[in-house]
Amino acid sequence: MSKRIGMEIALAAAEAAALCRPDVIAAYPITPNTHVPEHLSEIVAEGRLDAEFITVESEHSAMSACAGASGAGARAFTATSSQGLLYMAEILAIISSMRLPVVMIIGNRALSGPLSIWNDHSDIMSQRDIGWISLFAANGQETVDMTIQAFKIAEHPDVMLPTNVNLDGFQLTHVVEPMLMPDQEEVDRFLPPFKPFAALNPDDPVTLGALGLPDIYTEACKSREEVLLNSKKVILEVWKEWEEQFGRKYEPIEPYEAEDAEVLMLTMGSMGETAEMAIDELRKEGMKAGLLKLKLWRPFPFEELKEAVKGAKVLVVTDRCLSYGGAGGPVALEVRSALYEEKKRPVILNYIIGLGGRDVMVDHFMEMIRTAAKADAERPEKAYEIYGVRE
Amino acid sequence: MNTAKQYRSGLVENFDLYAPKLVDKEEYFAAGHRACQGCGEALAIRLMCKALGRDTVIVNATGCMEVISTMYPTTAWKLPWMHVAFPNAAAVASGVEAGLKVLRRKGKIKDRYVKTVGIGGDGGTVDIGLQALSGAMERGHDMLYVCFDNEAYMNTGIQRSGATPFGASTTTAPPGKASRGNRTWKKNMPEMMVAHNIPYVATACHSYPIDFMNKVKKARSIKGPSYIHCLSVCPTGWRCDSKSCIKMGRLAVETGAFPLYEVENGKYRLSADMPETLRPLEDYIKLQGRFRHLTPDEIGYFQERVKLEYKKLMTKVKSSR
Amino acid sequence: MAEKKWPETWQEVNPGCIVFRPGSSRDYHTGTWRAERPIWDNSKCIKCGICYLFCPEGCISEDEEGYFAADLNYCKGCGICAHECWPGAIKMVGEE
Repeated sequence: MSKRIGMEIALAAAEAAALCRPDVIAAYPITPNTHVPEHLSEIVAEGRLDAEFITVESEHSAMSACAGASGAGARAFTATSSQGLLYMAEILAIISSMRLPVVMIIGNRALSGPLSIWNDHSDIMSQRDIGWISLFAANGQETVDMTIQAFKIAEHPDVMLPTNVNLDGFQLTHVVEPMLMPDQEEVDRFLPPFKPFAALNPDDPVTLGALGLPDIYTEACKSREEVLLNSKKVILEVWKEWEEQFGRKYEPIEPYEAEDAEVLMLTMGSMGETAEMAIDELRKEGMKAGLLKLKLWRPFPFEELKEAVKGAKVLVVTDRCLSYGGAGGPVALEVRSALYEEKKRPVILNYIIGLGGRDVMVDHFMEMIRTAAKADAERPEKAYEIYGVRE
Repeated sequence: MNTAKQYRSGLVENFDLYAPKLVDKEEYFAAGHRACQGCGEALAIRLMCKALGRDTVIVNATGCMEVISTMYPTTAWKLPWMHVAFPNAAAVASGVEAGLKVLRRKGKIKDRYVKTVGIGGDGGTVDIGLQALSGAMERGHDMLYVCFDNEAYMNTGIQRSGATPFGASTTTAPPGKASRGNRTWKKNMPEMMVAHNIPYVATACHSYPIDFMNKVKKARSIKGPSYIHCLSVCPTGWRCDSKSCIKMGRLAVETGAFPLYEVENGKYRLSADMPETLRPLEDYIKLQGRFRHLTPDEIGYFQERVKLEYKKLMTKVKSSR
Repeated sequence: MAEKKWPETWQEVNPGCIVFRPGSSRDYHTGTWRAERPIWDNSKCIKCGICYLFCPEGCISEDEEGYFAADLNYCKGCGICAHECWPGAIKMVGEE
């Protein structure tokens, strides 16, 4: 039976990870994810979880040790943020190419510099094209659920890809929320044991991480691409099973008051809950406003997005990351590309918001949506705007 | 000096002479690998595998040995083998060791002892891989790490590394009007490993195969971290004949440029193959194109420094008695 | 897992490019690199095995009588065996 708890979300994420019985945890401290591995080491120390906790000397080694553990056939878990994620970058791409289903929690944080420990999405966005599955949680409950789902998705025989669960630093990691925490029996029923393609075993020696000459590299890339695209089918299946067992529904794009909306806003992560309040206010004023909360970032849900924006005149895409020198935030780039070939598509505006922990309030979202609504007839002047920047 | 001269001078005992016959006949590192002619590192790997036996997992850093042995869809390895990246062989090996340990404890794999062995070249060990190696050794993982030191980044085309000896010409430390080749002294990696207080550190060379294999066997038997630094002659990078590979390793040892010793629980011991008196350094360096540009003064400095380093080592050996 | 020896299409590439055939490097014959080949004179051979031990290819093996020979499919002709053979039983001769 799931239990209702009130707990800091980072600790709850650790509890959820522990319920998945990881064999090896390798992590290095970095704010704001640190409470996740810290609490896991407590759980191991208390004897509640039988696992090897490796106190590595860097994030690079954290991801490397997870790779080794996964290659040995063990279920491996880690967590990081910001610079830590970038320090892992070399290994992140290799792990997905080797099809090692490591699960990682990312307490999203801005990239330096100037040094900032506060939240935005520039860490994960810099690592978006490396072949991982990326989920975004909007609150504590989603963090717990997605952490458990992540293992099942990652280790599915048709997938075998590393998976990261993103939760906003501080705005989620350090917030105490009420949540339903599944019990061990429930998780054991949901999550089968890990069966790798191949493990390092002297009885059946395999070579993991071979060299690919130009005559094979392209085919290897294509095979990675196919498996990541096809993983969406498994993700939807796993979410359906989750809903059947736990009663909580998950979809790649969660709509809120979106059905008849003429103006839609799209958010990722914790901002969605604030934006919901803005939608409520605007609805009271009689505006047909709605919200789309993007939960599946990789593989990107192209079909679901096209379907979700069908009736809208305007789509406001929010990004918590700048693509310096590019054509807008990374989410907007993806959305624009997804809709470019559509005959009837909404006018798309892109606001860069909440960089390095800058608060975005209900009023701010209302203002963005109101401004966007006016863009109905004409195309926006600028591809994107950094909302609220002082001039 | 070659085996023939040693035999004539009575240095090779009958037992040693026929020792090759006692070596494990199984090849765990198969032919068809693409190492250069006369590659000392490939030979050292082959010997190491024989000494380790089949209950072993190898974790390889990026480098010559990884590239020449695993061109997909083929592999030279008959042992379970994993490669992830250049700087992280020791970290990956930490994960493998922890993974195998916990899976055995939980009854998910057979309850039998499998040794995890990390391997890398000198660049992957003393330079870019140093942090990961230091972490793995300090944490006390039950693993052996072997550095195959060919004294430069040979895989990328003979660039200098922290393990390149004084004076050597490399593609990033070439001699010219304003330069005389590599100006720095070889980083003392075995000593850095000793400073980690691990139970076993040794130096070795493929030219002394029985000594090398015995050291590998000893390290394998130790429950905890151990480190072997194996000088591996690279005829391509050292600019010497491929046939002289074994001789070059012997000369490195006999001149004291690369002394063979073990440090067991902090106690230093010189290996039996070390000569009573060192040969002149010139015997070693004159046969290699990488030292060809050195002046008599520079050779003089090189020789004195080798003697000094050897003296420092002997002090530790004597104080360990 | 079944594996086609040389994959052509992307569907034939193993997941993660895992190699399931240990020792399959033997598919490739490095013997074509060779400029000189080692020839044994068994009348001088004392069957010590030093040639076998020092071969970087591991391509020298012992026959039933205890004499040694190189597998010329793999021998790269480095000359280590001839150089290290102290009774001088091995000679390197040029390939045609």
